[in-house]
Parts: sequence; structure tokens; C-alpha cells
Amino acid sequence: MLSLFTFPQGGVHPPEKKELTANLQIETMPVPDELEIILGQHIGAPCTPTVAKRAEVKEGEMIGQVTKGLGVPLHSPVAGKVKDLGMSVHPMRTSAPSITITVDHGAVPLVYEKQDWESQEAKELLARVHDAGIIGIGGAGFPTHVKLSPPTDNPINTLILNGAECEPYITADHRQMVEHVTEVVEGAKIILKILGIQKCIIGIENNKPDAIAAMIKAAKEGSTSRYLVSVNALKVKYPQGSEKQLIQAVTNRKVPAFALPSAVGVVVQNVSTARAVYDAVALGKPLCEKVVTISGKGITRPANLLVKIGTKVSDIVAYLGGTAPGLTKVVMGGPMMGFAISNLDVPVTKTTSAVLFLTEGEIDTRPHSQCIRCGWCLDACPMGLEPKEIGIYVEANRAEDTEPLGVFECFECGSCAYVCPAKRPLVQFIRLAKMKAKRK
Amino acid sequence: MWTVVACLVPPLIMSVFVFGIQTLLITAVSVISCVAVEAASQKMLGRAVTIKDGSAVITGMLLAFVIPPGVSPLLPILAAVMAIYIGKHILGGIGYNFFNPALLGRAFLLATFPVAMTSAWLPPLQDGAILKYLGTSIDAVSTATPLAVMKEHGAAAFTQAFGSGSSLYLNFFLGWRPGCIGETSALLILLGGLFLIYRGYTTWHIPVSVLGTIALLTWVVGGKGYFTGDPLLAVMSGGALLGAFFMANDYVTCPTNKKSQIVYGIGIGALTVLIRLKGGYPEGICYAILLMNPLSPVFDGWFKPKRFAPPLGGDK
Ligand code: SF4
Ligand code: SF4
Repeated sequence: MLSLFTFPQGGVHPPEKKELTANLQIETMPVPDELEIILGQHIGAPCTPTVAKRAEVKEGEMIGQVTKGLGVPLHSPVAGKVKDLGMSVHPMRTSAPSITITVDHGAVPLVYEKQDWESQEAKELLARVHDAGIIGIGGAGFPTHVKLSPPTDNPINTLILNGAECEPYITADHRQMVEHVTEVVEGAKIILKILGIQKCIIGIENNKPDAIAAMIKAAKEGSTSRYLVSVNALKVKYPQGSEKQLIQAVTNRKVPAFALPSAVGVVVQNVSTARAVYDAVALGKPLCEKVVTISGKGITRPANLLVKIGTKVSDIVAYLGGTAPGLTKVVMGGPMMGFAISNLDVPVTKTTSAVLFLTEGEIDTRPHSQCIRCGWCLDACPMGLEPKEIGIYVEANRAEDTEPLGVFECFECGSCAYVCPAKRPLVQFIRLAKMKAKRK
Repeated sequence: MWTVVACLVPPLIMSVFVFGIQTLLITAVSVISCVAVEAASQKMLGRAVTIKDGSAVITGMLLAFVIPPGVSPLLPILAAVMAIYIGKHILGGIGYNFFNPALLGRAFLLATFPVAMTSAWLPPLQDGAILKYLGTSIDAVSTATPLAVMKEHGAAAFTQAFGSGSSLYLNFFLGWRPGCIGETSALLILLGGLFLIYRGYTTWHIPVSVLGTIALLTWVVGGKGYFTGDPLLAVMSGGALLGAFFMANDYVTCPTNKKSQIVYGIGIGALTVLIRLKGGYPEGICYAILLMNPLSPVFDGWFKPKRFAPPLGGDK
């Protein structure tokens, strides 16, 4: 038996609900007739279109670029024609600028060939990661090339690949680790080379024994005297996959508040991002598609779908046989940290990991009430905050005074709201508190 | 919340066996009046009515549990008004009341009906060590609770009355003895309390610190000389178990932080022993909890949860 790694403080155990899709092979969805590619896919500045309306684009061609500030270029996932430079429905904001492409179904899909990368300079590899538009596709969407060039004042010695996938329902990373083991490990090696370090630890929650077994095997085969890749099995506990908690579980180091993982000599990447790095560097393929878990009792056929960036949720629903009766809520992302969407025309972005179709039995619709001071949220918070206090401040119209309570250390994992017996919308309170406290 | 109610049902059934059907009547009156007063207060104050959450039912049950079985069923109605309207809705409102409503109700009754509240004990119905005692020194209806006998008549009378050694402990453990409605059977209350801990509704911190302190202090200073007190009896009598598992740890009125909970529990334990030994009132835990209730926020201010990691360069 492997000994399991975990973070000590707080955490919760929501029902995993992964059985709906855990054993379903990644399935490639046929490209729909139209894609809507949102220009702001990542944290940082949105892209400016580099193509004009009605222009012909080739598969993998750059269609947007960041002119100023932090960001990566955007590519066309298909050959086709730019139909419009307009607005799309956005999962969090109401709408966002996008490029609409009419897909040319007759075009021959590109075939990417494996290229040698080991003989190349780290700088060269890093540039390719940037050029391929790679961002952290596990969730936050931080440009990967920036994470891979950490400030030089703290020497980095460990790369952690995040395969925890601790959100209920989602199995996209799980399937990557079962079906694309060698790519993930080789992606890790590319990142190690870019960082100029030797050691990579892959953290996987223990509810994915097949992924752990496959990754251990591949890690052994892929390790050389130059690259040391290993696997740590993690205890199943939410939010095991949060960056700070994962680093603590695996290395026992604590990242200070407001600091980057590099402060403790660590860089964290998601396993699927490692796969994307492999595609970018070893195959020369830009990031234009994404494995998305479609699950919940409200969809006729749950699946792990490989879709083109820009595919609309409504197209996915049609492909999977429509929604099932009883559907009450559609969530983009996991049930803990995701956002409810009301319009199915939302397109998939680089950071979409799941779209959940939840029925009444799968969500809690009870109204919230007063805090009864049970203190459960204190015990659940992995950051050691007092969510109840923040909620009380917000309700007392003192949201702007919550900074001393540590609102900015909260990463909105939702553990507090999950355990709250009064069903208080603590994460919404905290988001509001952050907004007001920032303005102060 | 309904789980807590379920945990209180076995002691209630037990009380029917021990004291007779009137305990059920008193409890029913108490629960119904608490729920009714809750609904009425919330209506009157223009707040949302929350009787479905079960908390008024719990208050009603606990209120009945801490009054003697022989009182008039009108008493709990008065206590319910005090507990729910004044204690819960006027002094704070849901989540903000700083006194445990059930105990406030009891304290109110004790102040207004001191005779009934300290003499309306009923003897256990069935034959046992206690029954023999009933015919002897004290009038049967005004049977006093064990701690009162101990205090007023001394250890000899006590032993004579309740037996000694293992039969004494057994009577207390099972509940064959006079006392308030719900506080008699140590076994059932303990089981209910442990179940709540097992299910995660409460944690061990408050019950253990309360009971541990009572046991320790009683052992040290509760006997004739030092270190001769009877910790086991101290824990099993005077409502200590009911208070520790179902009242001291009431979410709203206890501290939220584990460390503050332990300090709070020790405070309750110490005050209980102090009141039992020096005060005029043997069932001290009721006042001990009420006295510590308003200190909860103070303790929570002392101990904050440990933040994950401070920012580099310390706090601004
Ligand atoms: S959402 Fe924020 S406050 Fe709530 S548990 Fe997570 S980190 Fe703590
Ligand atoms: S879990 Fe909910 S009810 Fe309990 S203290 Fe926290 S906010 Fe209040």
C-alpha cells in the first residue's frame, strides 16, 4: 500500500460522483459548423484579432495576439472563414468579444509529426510554449510560459504535476493520465528542461487507481539520469488540487500568503497542461482543443469529450442526445468552484474542464438562513479563515472592512459553503467582500 | 437538527418508564409552546418564520428535560415564552442570541416558582433501592434529587437512600432515581451524545472539557478531605451529562473555535462544581452554562484559527 499524501488543515469530502464518466474513453466530437473563439481566454490582457472579417484561415493559424501585457496568442482550431468579429456569451461576464469562424468541413485536417526537442535550448522550448498559446488549462488560465520563467531570486527545485482532480464529477485529467500517459510524462520532461531542474512529482488522488498505476509505470520508464519523475498518491480530500494545498501535501512546504509557489522552490502545472506542452513542443501543435467532462444526470449521455476550443455548449448537448428531464442547473466547471450558466450558447474555452447538467436531486436548493455559529466553516476552511465572520460583515454592510479577516487569502474553494448547515452563500459573500475591500 | 431530536427521544421514553406518563405531557406542552412562541415571535417581529428547522423543538425538549416531572404543565408554557421570545428573539435573534434559551427558561422558572422547581420531584415508579428510601426520612412527593440529599442530609442519609457501591452507580447509570425529566438516565444521554459526535453534529471538545473538569475538581475538593470526592457520581448526577452533551455545546451560544471551546468547557465545569459545593443550588450546571454563554465571543476573540501561512514579511 502506498502511503497517502495530504494537506492537514481543513478540507471537506463532497460526494465524488465521478463514476458517471470515469471509465469512458475520451471521445472526439465532430467539429460543429461554427466556432466562437473568445478573445480573452486567459488571465491577463485579451487578444486583439489578427484576422479580418471574411478572411480565410488555416487550421492552427494565429488569429489573435496580445499586443500589450501578459498573454499568449490565439489560434484557429480549424480551417474556415472568419464570419464575424463580434460578441459571445461568456460564462462569467455576460458577454465577451470573440471571433466566429465558419468551419470548412472539406479541409484536410493537419497531421502533426513528432520533432526532436531534447537537443534544443530551454529558451527555444519556452518560446514554443508561448507561441502555441499554452495556458494553465486546469482552471485559472495563467499563461504557462510566465509560470515557467519564475523570478530568479528563489531557486526552483521541484516541479509538481497536478493530477489531483479533486472537484466532483470531473474526469478529464483522469482520462488523460490513463490514455495519454507517455505524452504527460514527456511533457513533464520538457518542462523540467525549461526550468533547468531534475525532479518532478505527479500528485494524483487515490480515487484514480488506474491513473496512478499507469503514471507510475510511465514515470519509471520515462525517468533517466537527467529527469526524475515520480508519483505521489494523494488522499481523497477537497481541495487537494488547490496549488497551495497540493504543494504542502507533496513537499510539506507552505507557500506564504500572496506569494507564488516559486517562493518555496516549486512550480505547479496541471497534468493536462503538461500534455498540451508536449503537443506544442514535441508536435508543434498549438492549443486549440480541450478534453471536457460532460456529466450529471441532466444530460442524456455523459462523456469525456475532446472538443475544439470555441465549440458551443448547445452543440455539445445536441451531439450527446439532448438534456434529460429534471435538468435544473448547468454549471461550467466543477460543482464546487464552477459557475452556473443560463445560456447554452457559451463556447468552450481553454480553461473549461467540465460542463455539468445537474438535476434537482444533485443540487441543494434550500434557501439560506441566518448563521447559527456552528463553526463548521472554520473547520472546513483550508486557509484557516473565518468564513462566517466575513458573511456577517457583508450582511451588515461592512464588506469593505473584511481585509483583516483574510478575504484575499481565500481562493473561493467553496468548502465553507459546502459544510454550512444554514446553506449560507459564503463564496458569494466573499466575492462581494473582495470587490468592496479592493475598492476601499 | 432532527437528529438531535432523535437523540433526545430515548431519554424521554425512559422518563415515562421512570416517572410516568406526565413527563410526556410536560414535554409535549413544552415543545408545542416553544414552536408556537417561535412562530408568533417571528411573525410579530416581522422576521421569516423558521419553525421547520427543528430548533424550537429541541429547545422545547431540553426545557422539559430540565424541569421536575411533578410540576404543573402550565409552567413550561411560561418558560417557553421566556426562552423563545425573550431569550432567543429579543436578545439577539436566530444565531445572535447569547443565552441558551432552554436554560434561560429554566432559570426563569426557578426564580418565579422556586418551590415547585425544587420540590416537585417524583419517585421512580418501580421498586428499587430508592423506593425503600421514600418511606423513610422525607415526604414521598417532595423527594429531593440526589445531590440535594447529599448536601442537606449528608453522605450517610445519601447512602441509605440510594444504596452504595455498584448498585448506586447502576441506578444512576440506568436512570432509576429522582431527578428532572430528562436527566436521569446517564446511559441514554451518553449514547445520544456519542452518536451526535460520531455523526459530526458536535465534537468532543466541549463535553469532554466540561465533564473532565467536573470529575477532576469534584475528586480533588468535593469530598470530606482532599482527593476523596466521587467523580463518577458527580458526572452522572445533577444534569451534568445532559448539560455537557446537549446544552453547553449549543452552536449559537458556545464559542466556534476549538481552543476557545475547551477554555469555555473548563469554565463551565469549574463553575458547576463551585455552585454545587458553595452555592445554594445543587444542580449548578444550568447557571454555569448561562454564566459562560456571554463569554463565548470573548474566548473566540482570544483564539483565532491558524491561518494557512502569513504573507512574506509579516502582516502589514
Ligand atoms: S472558499 Fe475561501 S473561506 Fe471558504 S473554505 Fe475556501 S478558502 Fe476558506
Ligand atoms: S458553517 Fe454556516 S452556520 Fe456554521 S458558522 Fe459557518 S456560516 Fe455560520
